[in-house]
Amino acid sequence: MIEKYRAPLAFLVMALLLAIVGFGQSWSVALGIINLCIISAIMALGVNLQWGYAGLFNAGVMGFTALGGLTAVLISHQPIYEAWSSAGSGILLSGFILISAVFGIYFVHKKIEKILLKRILIISIIGITLFGLNIFYGPSVSIIESINPAKTGFLGGLGLPIIVSWLVAAFVAGFVAWIIGKITLGLRSDYLAIATLGISEIVIAVLKHEDWLSRGVKNVTGLDRPVPYEIELQETTWFIDLIASINTSKLQAVQILSDRQDILNKLVIDGSSIFVKLCYAGLFILVLLIIYFLSHLALQSPWGRMLRAIRDNEDAASAMGKNIVAKHLQIFVIGSAIIGIAGAMLTTLDGQFTPGSYQPLRFTFIIWVMVIVGGSGNNLGSIFGGFFIWFMWIEAEPLSIAFISLLTNGLDYNSPVRMHLIASAPHLRLFIMGSILLLALRFMPQGVIPEKVSKE
Amino acid sequence: MENFDILNALILLANFVIVPAISYGSQLAIAALGITIVYAVLRFSNFAHGDLMSFGTMTAILFTWLFQSLGITGGVLPTALIALPFAIVVTALLCLLIDKSVYRFYRKQKSHAVVFMIVSVGVMFILNATVRFIIGPNDRTFFDGEKFLIRALDFKASTGLEEGLTIKSTQLITVIVAIITMLLLFYFLQKTKMGKAMRAYSNNEDLALLSGINPDRVVMITWIIVGALATIAGVLYGLDKSFKPFTYFQLLLPMFAAAIVGGIGNPIGAVVGGYIIAFSEIMLTYAYKKFFIYLLPEHLEPSGLTQFLSTDYKFAISFIILVIVLIIRPTGVFRGKTI
Repeated sequence: MIEKYRAPLAFLVMALLLAIVGFGQSWSVALGIINLCIISAIMALGVNLQWGYAGLFNAGVMGFTALGGLTAVLISHQPIYEAWSSAGSGILLSGFILISAVFGIYFVHKKIEKILLKRILIISIIGITLFGLNIFYGPSVSIIESINPAKTGFLGGLGLPIIVSWLVAAFVAGFVAWIIGKITLGLRSDYLAIATLGISEIVIAVLKHEDWLSRGVKNVTGLDRPVPYEIELQETTWFIDLIASINTSKLQAVQILSDRQDILNKLVIDGSSIFVKLCYAGLFILVLLIIYFLSHLALQSPWGRMLRAIRDNEDAASAMGKNIVAKHLQIFVIGSAIIGIAGAMLTTLDGQFTPGSYQPLRFTFIIWVMVIVGGSGNNLGSIFGGFFIWFMWIEAEPLSIAFISLLTNGLDYNSPVRMHLIASAPHLRLFIMGSILLLALRFMPQGVIPEKVSKE
Repeated sequence: MENFDILNALILLANFVIVPAISYGSQLAIAALGITIVYAVLRFSNFAHGDLMSFGTMTAILFTWLFQSLGITGGVLPTALIALPFAIVVTALLCLLIDKSVYRFYRKQKSHAVVFMIVSVGVMFILNATVRFIIGPNDRTFFDGEKFLIRALDFKASTGLEEGLTIKSTQLITVIVAIITMLLLFYFLQKTKMGKAMRAYSNNEDLALLSGINPDRVVMITWIIVGALATIAGVLYGLDKSFKPFTYFQLLLPMFAAAIVGGIGNPIGAVVGGYIIAFSEIMLTYAYKKFFIYLLPEHLEPSGLTQFLSTDYKFAISFIILVIVLIIRPTGVFRGKTI
């Protein structure tokens, strides 16, 4: 009986927690948390597809998130025509050389039988490629990076609305996942984890250092927005009227006209920030719902049942004639595509792309905590995990500072022990995350909302 | 000086490639040994090993400070070497504590290796937070004593060559300590009763149980060794470079790369893997321009830096090697999985 109410109860608790922040701190803060909660939930859905449905340990979540972010830049930023005209051809040619080299090596690997000849051919292809890149790639890069380096210094993007990138990010991340999956699937499960962890670091290394692509660690800021700007809203008549009509009673209580105007101005400023966050939340919830229903349908379909069969007993599924590696590749691509969407949404929300900020603890392992705590194999569980763990991640800092203050109450205000403990309190956030993960694994290995095992 | 060109080129290479790679390789080898032993005996990939190293190093730093404040120093040697045994004891105790409170439960349940790996992620979070909480996230150097064994200027003066050779005392200490550690470990695994029991347990758990090997003891000894290896590797790395919790977390990947390249579960493989990773990282990112200027006639001299990969990609190299090995020969250079 209690099983039935687990999910609603969990989400009720979550809503209460967010409401406490809304009333206690401010609704702007609460909405900020909710927006990131939704993005986290989408990432968790992607990881859940891979882990919960198919038992694949993808430790490269960070890489796909960053690829999504890169897509957002490449789709929405205005193209830098000067860079394209002076060195775009060099970059395109280098790309062409690289792609033909890959195909060449693949072809040689598949078609040539003699091992010695094969090795000579592969080494010479690599040599020619390096030589070609040396001629075309290096000079083009330095030209591109020298064009107005303080502001652009990269090729720019396509200048399309940023929301387009959410869809494109799915394809970019999915395509890269396909390549990675081709290489790494079929390895043992923990090798897969290490390989994907490594590849995600390579992705970040490339994004940090290839300045012609997305300015590297110089970051791309001021990206296009799918929602209105606060400043514009504050000067729009319909918005001011809306705020005024919501707060009619509050405004009428004030007698002096100039005071009333001041209060209205303040309300409009607060309101505009909340309005923008609400717009984002609306868009994000829409994406979350679409992805949730699609994954839900997939899980119920024969395809989903087959995946779970493979997860639970690879040998049996293989004996039934299922191609395990191929199915794993499908789910790996789909899950990573979803993570890519979330990455593009995250960059959209931030309005900037900062490769330096991608760290595996924050973008890979926390997402894993979400899936495991929420309940692997259950999509609602992942969404709850995304909300709850992100909420804890944000609120862990004030909580641990409060806890330490309480603990050190007896100490002298300026004692070095107290000062050190207060300064170190934010690091307890990781401690809380680790404890939640370990406790969940030990006492609730199925997660808060466990996978439903249908008995048909 | 024309005739000394070849000598100059070799010294240049030794100074910037060979000496740093040997010391970095020794550090990686000791660290990878820890990973490989956990894998061989306890059968999981321990993601918490980097943070275990950082915990061990932190303990050594705290002991170093304590000794320094008591007026005990190592003279020409770093004080951290005196602190090392104490740090090993503390870290080994921590390992046993973690095993008792966390891993034992899953061992009794005979959980899947992936579950262990996820559990180790949880341990990683907690260790990481503990270290940052106690010592803070910043860079710390805890080296004292004589800094250089050979100085570049002295070397130039005494040999009359154009290129100088610098050998830091930490580099020699690293190599000596690493060799002693490896010899002790291999002696233990090959010759002692307990070492043989460990190898038997790693090879076939059920058969080992039948022969009367006490599994709890094997696991206990394993964790003590792992704690010691992690502390030694961490202290050597910290002495040579500096201690920063985040760097130690990042070392996880070169360490895994070393263990897997050599053949995970195989101690000799871990040592070889450590040197392979270290040499490739440093050799592929070194700019050979000056080296070729010494060796080649003037009209053949390279115009660029003659660098295979920019130093920006130093970290990526170990992953690339790892991925290549995983594709071509997933069992590593020495067929892995038993010790």
